[in-house]
Amino acid sequence: MAKATFKVPVLSQYPQLPPVTPGSMAHSAPFRSKPEFQAPLGFPGELVENWQQRAIEKMGELLGRYRSLRVYLDACVKCGACTDKCHYFLGTQDPKNMPVGRQDLMRKVYRRYFTPAGRLFPKLVGAEDLTKEVLDEWYGYFHQCSQCRRCSVFCPCGIDTAEISMAAREIMDAIGVGQKYCNEIIAKVYKVGNNLGLPGPALVNTLEGLEEDVFDDTGVRVRYPIDQVGAEILFVTPSADFFAEPHVDGLIGYGKVMHESGLSWTFSTLASEAANFGLFIGSYENMRRVAMRIREAAIQLKVKRIVFGECGHAWRVGYSFLNSLAGPWDFLDPRYPVPQHICEFTWDLIQQGRLTLDKSQNDDKVLTFHDSCNVARASRMGDTAGGQFEIPRAIIRATCNHFFDMDEETIRDRTFCCGGGGGLLTDDLIELRVKGAKPRMEALNNVIQEKGVTHMVAICAICKSQFTKVLPFYGMEMDQVISLHQLVSNAIVLTPRYDDADDGDGA
Amino acid sequence: MSFLTELYAYVFYGAALVFVSGLTYKVVQYTLAPAPLKVPTTPAPTTRGGVVLRMTREVVLFESLFRGNKWTWMFGWLFHFGLFLVTLRHLRYFLNPVPAFIEFIQPFGVYAGFAMMIGLLGLWARRFLVDRVRYISAPADHLMLGLLLLIGASGLLIHFLVHTDIVAVKTFIVGLYRFDFSPLPTDPVLLLHLALVAGLMIIFPYSKLLHAPGLFFSPTRNQVDNPRERRHLAAWASRLERP
Ligand code: HEM
Ligand code: HEM
Ligand code: SF4
Ligand code: SF4
Ligand code: SF4
Repeated sequence: MAKATFKVPVLSQYPQLPPVTPGSMAHSAPFRSKPEFQAPLGFPGELVENWQQRAIEKMGELLGRYRSLRVYLDACVKCGACTDKCHYFLGTQDPKNMPVGRQDLMRKVYRRYFTPAGRLFPKLVGAEDLTKEVLDEWYGYFHQCSQCRRCSVFCPCGIDTAEISMAAREIMDAIGVGQKYCNEIIAKVYKVGNNLGLPGPALVNTLEGLEEDVFDDTGVRVRYPIDQVGAEILFVTPSADFFAEPHVDGLIGYGKVMHESGLSWTFSTLASEAANFGLFIGSYENMRRVAMRIREAAIQLKVKRIVFGECGHAWRVGYSFLNSLAGPWDFLDPRYPVPQHICEFTWDLIQQGRLTLDKSQNDDKVLTFHDSCNVARASRMGDTAGGQFEIPRAIIRATCNHFFDMDEETIRDRTFCCGGGGGLLTDDLIELRVKGAKPRMEALNNVIQEKGVTHMVAICAICKSQFTKVLPFYGMEMDQVISLHQLVSNAIVLTPRYDDADDGDGA
Repeated sequence: MSFLTELYAYVFYGAALVFVSGLTYKVVQYTLAPAPLKVPTTPAPTTRGGVVLRMTREVVLFESLFRGNKWTWMFGWLFHFGLFLVTLRHLRYFLNPVPAFIEFIQPFGVYAGFAMMIGLLGLWARRFLVDRVRYISAPADHLMLGLLLLIGASGLLIHFLVHTDIVAVKTFIVGLYRFDFSPLPTDPVLLLHLALVAGLMIIFPYSKLLHAPGLFFSPTRNQVDNPRERRHLAAWASRLERP
């Protein structure tokens, strides 16, 4: 078991509702951003002098920009339906981690400065001035929300706390209070092209190495091309897929699927990152700037289609926002959706009978599936509502013999976040990440006990990294989480290529 | 004409003005605020018709709340359904002649008054008994429930114990349409009922009662899930596209 400096929650068979324990996570806050990470994003380097006034102005601006914020700050009826839905509350018992408790941190300021009731009777309606204490509270608790939207499923008014967390982070960025992890990464994307800061030549090397490995493994020359002008498909995937475990086994699987499809495809050094951290900090401008790299790459490489790899938040931005941010995509092949998810792509091939799959290759595993929240609740796959649940499961069933779902209340649109989404996947928040994973760990532990499940499949880079890190805290193994396309990769029977017999570095 | 009649007449004019102008202001504000990104909570309908269905289920059945919490759903739905029938029943004071449908539901309206009260009591009990809900309740949340309970209780009192001259009440209300003040009965319980109702109308546009119009504007519920098919662009966002 991994060592912890805090108390790791105990898993139980029947989830229990924790009593509220005010202040139990008041100490949690991620590292602050530095001036050099703030500037490239267009934010002040440190707390500006008239920060209070600037924050209220920014809030007013956002209220005019986002209907969601405007309506959600007014509409909450304090019914309490959301109070037991957030994994961070369930794992920490801190009432400010109840979705409505989190919203109220902003609502109390909104009421004070923007509503007659709050101006006249602040005590009565729970309105408060924006003081330094309130700002610190904002920084702590708006960075304890993974923007997973689970609360929005159950709220009778459809209030999505993620919208409020994003707005809060944008307001804080505007006065110079940024979070290091997110802003440093976005700055890296602007400078190098991806979250991990992998320069182009390193990517080319990695992919060449992979081609060798796959050839040694299978005897088939599967290609992992990059920056190939005129390819049919531009493949955009989270940069962790290029080398992190278990991500890279998924990437190997993408290549094999592409190989079988017979279509030409390419990665891009310019758009070597599918994830878009602009989403986490709620900044439309930064989200747009990151997304435009995909458009530029598509134009530069003269591709006809865009396919996204496995990534939850990336798919939210890809599916739901890319058309708004970087469209219109009228220069691409209109017969295919833009972008397409690799699962949609693979499932199409399976349905057309174009993949030969040997399920027995995965017989050493008993599998379950983690619905990544941003895929489950903020996007879709396929033509019908709910395709995002059915298509990955259909692929799993087509590639293995032993599959069991976790408890119905913890999957599909009620899925629990892994605990590391929304820009929280950083070591300075490890306590939060471990505690927030509790509901998912509980459901996983139950299928391990009852069905003998050995591995959990995920389709999100953050989920995979987060689980790898937190599973050991709960007495499980880090390699029990795997990529969906790793299953495909194991099961797929490859068609030999004309140049397979050549040795050396191929054609 | 008595002082009371005149007072109530002016209070109701004032309350109606605040209610209508405040609500209009809010609805216009909601309409003008753009929703720059597609954020429906999925799985979401892929057509307009599907969205109308989803919204109808939310408004009529409180579908999301049903999935969220059965007790709150039960009490909340009892309260709102009761309130709805009571409101329909009350239309007889406002409409002349009274439509047949409103005549028909009169007897149910009274039961609905009780349903509404039970719902409100249940919701209020939660605010004391469930620690999470206790934590999020501000004084205003308690007062709102108290206000509605008092309105309901006074109404039921009038109906069952301290009857008033309903015909005179109607004449008074209908008279207000033409600035023609006919005498309002002076039974204290009726006066209380009406004063509280005027209060409710005044706070409506400035309180969480905005959830009623707000729900219809909630982007997670009212958007069609078709971002790949149709480009969705807010005016302020399209300005970023100009170089
Ligand atoms: C379109 C019409 C409306 C819809 C769809 C609607 C829906 C809801 C829902 C789903 C809740 C949360 C559950 C609950 O606590 O009952 C709620 C709460 C509430 N509603 Fe409504 N409502 C509507 C109109 C009204 C009106 C006209 C009033 C008042 C005159 C009202 C007063 C309240 C109050 C006071 C609460 C909070 C109850 C509590 O304290 O727990 N609603 N509403
Ligand atoms: C200007 C508006 C209103 C007027 C003139 C009015 C008048 C009355 C009268 C005269 C009664 C007695 C009925 C009888 O004896 O049969 C009554 C009953 C009642 N009122 Fe109101 N009322 C108004 C608004 C409201 C509102 C907004 C509510 C709820 C929030 C409400 C809730 C009730 C209830 C629950 C009853 C008892 C059940 C019933 O008779 O329907 N009233 N009202
Ligand atoms: S969006 Fe997710 S993390 Fe944030 S408050 Fe809601 S349930 Fe919690
Ligand atoms: S479920 Fe929605 S309306 Fe109810 S308390 Fe939570 S945020 Fe407010
Ligand atoms: S990392 Fe995965 S589980 Fe966590 S919020 Fe993102 S998509 Fe959801």
